[in-house]
Amino acid sequence: MSDDMDFEEGGTIKKFMFVNRKAPYGTIYALEGLEVVLISAAFDQDVSLAFVDDGVFQLVKGQKTDGIEMKNFSPTYRALEGYDIEKLYVDRESLEARGLSEDDLLVDVQVMSAAEMGDMMAQQDVVISF
Amino acid sequence: MKFAIMVSEGPYTHQATDSAYQFAKAAIAKGHEVTRVFFYHDGVNNGTRLTVPPQDDRNIVNRWSEIATQNNIDLVICIAAAQRRGLLDENEAKRQGKDANNIAPGFRISGLGQLVEAGIQSDRLVVFGD
Repeated sequence: MSDDMDFEEGGTIKKFMFVNRKAPYGTIYALEGLEVVLISAAFDQDVSLAFVDDGVFQLVKGQKTDGIEMKNFSPTYRALEGYDIEKLYVDRESLEARGLSEDDLLVDVQVMSAAEMGDMMAQQDVVISF
Repeated sequence: MKFAIMVSEGPYTHQATDSAYQFAKAAIAKGHEVTRVFFYHDGVNNGTRLTVPPQDDRNIVNRWSEIATQNNIDLVICIAAAQRRGLLDENEAKRQGKDANNIAPGFRISGLGQLVEAGIQSDRLVVFGD
């Protein structure tokens, strides 16, 4: 818990981090995780997203899903800005291990080391992982 | 301390819901409060009253119902996740034109906002998943 909780109009503002660890398809975690992120925008909290392990694949450009008969939901990540969700953190080692770089991603992100990501997590009030 | 819990996996296949239950029991035994358990992803399957496990095994669904009734815990099943997976309460069954409902006692169906709210209102939100 951070000690600097803000109180605005009687409501508490907490630091929420959603940690995305799974590939976008193959399991439903990424899709349902994104649904929570969108709902959280309605609560006026301090929201950030972390992408680690196969979670970095969620942000890769040019996803084509016709062949697996699933909806390509990657455009939603571009819409997050419109919900004032702009803190997207990506683990550098996870990117590099998968042959990816920041240029392969469909949104602006902050790429950081595992240690920096750990510091970021330690600052949160609520961490929800998918 | 006020705890909220998120359960992301279904019963029997995965230990997550067992661990969440043991955590809740231990926290209550130590004098803490568990305010809400939010069931998401396949975790919604913890709330069907139609499970019939072998008699010499634990009854995961009944166990949640009992601990919730005894300790006033709010058991919430995510509506979007539930609808995908065939979990319906009486109202939803009527609304969707289905011929049955299957929610266990002590559980209720509600929206994802209940998860975010639990994160805001509790001292800790603990996630049990894969």
